[in-house]
Amino acid sequence: MNNTKSMAAGAVMLCGVLAAPFATAATTLESVKEKGHLQCGVTSGLPGFSQPDDKGNWTGIDVDTCRAVAAAIFGDAQAVEFTPLTAKERFTALQSGEIDMLSRNTTWTLTRDASLGLNFTGTNYYDGQGFLINKDLGVNDATELDGATICIQAGTTTELNLSDYFRAKGMEYQPIVFDTSEQTVQGFAAGRCDVLTSDRSQLAALRSKLTDPSSAEILPNTISKEPLGPVVRQGDDQWFNIVKWVLFAQINAEELGITSANVEDMLKSDNPNVQRLLGTDGDMGAKLGLPDDFGHKVIKQVGNYGEMYDRNVGPDTPLGLDRGLNALWTEGGILYAPPLR
Amino acid sequence: MKKQTVDSRPAGPKPWYDPRIRSLFFQFVAIALVFWGGWTLVDNTLSNMESRGISTGFGFLNETAGFGIIMSLVPYDATMTYGRTFFVGLMNTLLVSAMGIVAATIIGFIIGVARLSSNWLVAKLALVYIEVIRNIPLLLQIFFWYFAVLGSLPSPRQSVEVGGSFFLNNRGLYLPEPITQDGFGLVWGALIVAIVAVVGLRTWAKRRQLATGQIFPTFKVGFAILVILPVLAYLTAGAPLEWDLPALKGFNFGGGITIIPELAALWIALSLYTASFIAEIVRSGILSVSKGQTEAAKALGLPNGLTLRLVVIPQAMRVIIPPLTSQYLNLAKNSSLATAIGYPDLVAVFMGTTLNQTGQAVEVVAITMAVYLTISLTISLFMNIYNRAVAIKER
Amino acid sequence: MAEPMLKPPKVAISPLDWMRQNLFSSWYNSLLTIVVGYMVVTSVGPLFTWLFFEATFLGDEPSDCVGTGACWLFISQRLNFFIYGFYPDEFQWRVDVMFLLLAVCFVPQFIERFPGRKWFGLFGLTGLPVVGYFLIPGGNFGLEIVESSKWGGLMLTLILAYIGIIASLPIGILLALGRRSEMPIIRGICVVFIEVWRAVPLITVLFMASVMLPLFLPDGMNFEKLMRALIGITLWQSAYMAEVIRGGLQAIPRGQYEAADALGLGYWKKTGLIILPQALKMVIPGIVNTFISLFKDTTLVLIIGLFDILGTVQSTVTDPAWQNVAIEGYVFVAFCFWVFCFGISRYSQNLERKLDTGHKT
Repeated sequence: MNNTKSMAAGAVMLCGVLAAPFATAATTLESVKEKGHLQCGVTSGLPGFSQPDDKGNWTGIDVDTCRAVAAAIFGDAQAVEFTPLTAKERFTALQSGEIDMLSRNTTWTLTRDASLGLNFTGTNYYDGQGFLINKDLGVNDATELDGATICIQAGTTTELNLSDYFRAKGMEYQPIVFDTSEQTVQGFAAGRCDVLTSDRSQLAALRSKLTDPSSAEILPNTISKEPLGPVVRQGDDQWFNIVKWVLFAQINAEELGITSANVEDMLKSDNPNVQRLLGTDGDMGAKLGLPDDFGHKVIKQVGNYGEMYDRNVGPDTPLGLDRGLNALWTEGGILYAPPLR
Repeated sequence: MKKQTVDSRPAGPKPWYDPRIRSLFFQFVAIALVFWGGWTLVDNTLSNMESRGISTGFGFLNETAGFGIIMSLVPYDATMTYGRTFFVGLMNTLLVSAMGIVAATIIGFIIGVARLSSNWLVAKLALVYIEVIRNIPLLLQIFFWYFAVLGSLPSPRQSVEVGGSFFLNNRGLYLPEPITQDGFGLVWGALIVAIVAVVGLRTWAKRRQLATGQIFPTFKVGFAILVILPVLAYLTAGAPLEWDLPALKGFNFGGGITIIPELAALWIALSLYTASFIAEIVRSGILSVSKGQTEAAKALGLPNGLTLRLVVIPQAMRVIIPPLTSQYLNLAKNSSLATAIGYPDLVAVFMGTTLNQTGQAVEVVAITMAVYLTISLTISLFMNIYNRAVAIKER
Repeated sequence: MAEPMLKPPKVAISPLDWMRQNLFSSWYNSLLTIVVGYMVVTSVGPLFTWLFFEATFLGDEPSDCVGTGACWLFISQRLNFFIYGFYPDEFQWRVDVMFLLLAVCFVPQFIERFPGRKWFGLFGLTGLPVVGYFLIPGGNFGLEIVESSKWGGLMLTLILAYIGIIASLPIGILLALGRRSEMPIIRGICVVFIEVWRAVPLITVLFMASVMLPLFLPDGMNFEKLMRALIGITLWQSAYMAEVIRGGLQAIPRGQYEAADALGLGYWKKTGLIILPQALKMVIPGIVNTFISLFKDTTLVLIIGLFDILGTVQSTVTDPAWQNVAIEGYVFVAFCFWVFCFGISRYSQNLERKLDTGHKT
């Protein structure tokens, strides 16, 4: 009978649907190793931070942060799968275990750290909130924005900062809240709002998406601190340490002058700091549950922090951002990693 | 009837062949499965949430929200609570649903009737409208009305202006707002009196018609009462109404009523889309009334208007109501697509920003779903009551 | 209504008479015709100019779009992305094979008296998903694995709608039978399930499926994002399916049930051999209609970050290399959906007319 057969086929399909991977694992590291790849939450498209090309290959500083962790665990920076998330979805996705780590230009705040069941592992980009504005309006300072209509992305700290800022200054504003940063640009371009607000690093990227980038300018004001960094779930300290120390290893590597180009030569270095980082001496990796040469793999395949920065957002990229705050503490910035020993 | 003597009967069917026992058994299994499944889900969720250190409970509803919302029907600012944001979102959802239902019904009935028009051009145009609109995804239509149409509207400084009081630009449509002054209470009072009077008149006229057969022009007289009483009150109170005109202040227009583009785009898209389905429902409803009914009415000497009002429409309504209900439900549910264009409805505000700031996904989604369930059940309930009122009464 | 035995003789109507009858029958009809006709002429002219006459069809670069009309170049340049998403070029033949099979199975359904078209349709419902299950993701028979995160465009839209409908059919049948069951508890469970799923918007279901499902499952059990979206769509759709099938079950005359009982058939034999075959046949048009609405609703997955055809277009219209191509993009997607939905709805109307023979009591 026609129907019974189609029913049977449907049942078969459903079984196929339900018989998806089913595995139990105690720790995040074990489950990641079992899967054979790291599942990393990123933005659905933000140049310089995480952006897929038309073949689905991801690039960006947040993407490289994930790749570094994958390189540390598997010795293979390509063993990552990326889950594009909107700002609204990101914490739920991490809490629910859909992703192993979140690296999605996420601001470190007390509430997120304490009540969302999350742990921020560090900062891979120090940012602050700024304003992108249409030049025609003739506004030179954020204090002149009383009554403006402002496009924001939903579920971000910028939404809260904006409200605080305008209330403190006794000014009015109208928020237009979109799901993705692409839509905020689309709204700004369509003239729906006078101002687009976001982290300053993003504003440069978003401006480059306008048909006429020179029609808009970024105001000098920075109204907040936005330390952006990778996030993991609470309750798995080993995993927390791994993600934390991979980033520290990259920062330390820059301080020590280890780059992806000279890392093989550095293996012969007699500097004990370099030896510990590259795993030629000591068992730093084992303490984290990683191979001892994890630092070597990370630097070799992804590079140190400076390389990661220059490749994705630095002065030679379309974003053209100077190191500024993100320079090493020895070079006038605030980038400072605890010693690896 | 069988005798219920236990001993004399030969051994009945084996217990597992007895339909009643089997039925009990299956029901027991089903309920056990449901309970087991439900318990497993709850248990998993609770233990997962605990092990991941996620806060639980509804205490977050009393915390300060701290973010702005562009449009709210109830007073709201960023110092209010998350509970308030829920209320703001809910009101916005209800607003766009109600506006959509009204507009979709009107457009749908017009298109549905036009589809049956004897004018070839009108009928074909209605057909083209229906076939084009209902075969294109609603989300796409919302995007079109929002991003494509919005981009072609002028900026606030080049607004399209009508008589200095209506303005249209890419920030929305600005209308004058009526501000009631002292003494406007008299007008409200007069309106209430008028409504009571009309209801009374209708009851009296009906009773008289049943008793004597005389028809009283209820509609005309009632309409006159409804208009004249409030107008008289308005004039005696000294016209206590002023208009707040929108005017360009700084970046934007201030004053008056603003219909933001998000609301307009969502409203237009929802209404046009749903209207294309309602039109087909109306058409089939009218066609379902057999020609004999119209002919019989004509034979009784009823004029065209009365034939339509007393014979065709009541019978067509019976066919129209059930599918119309499900269209209303669809519209209310589809209003949640607001989140795609930034209209601050329940899903965008509460299940979006609030969920994200508090991180309490389970509670927030549960509340949101409960709200939609309530809306659906309420609409169904009212439409069922109405449907019962117009259903065929078999005596 | 009974057809008269002989049709009235055909009267040749001259175009002028036809116009008098259908366009200018009374003064207000004439007025209506003139007003509406004027509106049509003034809007259709510029529309066609924009769509075709002034539009740019040929070229390679965004700068080739110079006319005042539409820039169809944008569509043709990014067509690959709109159809396959991120699916790697070298494996796209696998998707093409599926498109071809899909066409082979379902195009004959529109052609009456196509030899064995029933069997093609049957294969489309049974064999095709199995073939697709092996072909699209790969991993077997020496086919390279393509992760579901790389699927996108039209292909993803079709996968979502197709699997959604096929998987929801059996669940819908069970729910519909349960709702008409004589056992109050089973009936109650089914009613609650159906009504709850029908009351909530698909977007909340998708959101729940996409980010919260892992929270409900035991530790370590997880599905891919696409799979979770499919589970959400299937459960949601099965509630609608159940209502459609229930309509068919209710339309079966009581006599059929009683006759089956009289033959001594048990519940499952009665249902499987007598009731369901008739009921399902009757509701095929209804099922096709729910398919159309599901097909349109799959666009919502863009909100949870899957790149269906609307998602791919939406993400490329902001590309600064192309200026103001939003309308072209939307028109293209609208056209794709319209062709599918209109074609299928015509098919379902035909079926409805053909099946509308007996049974209606």
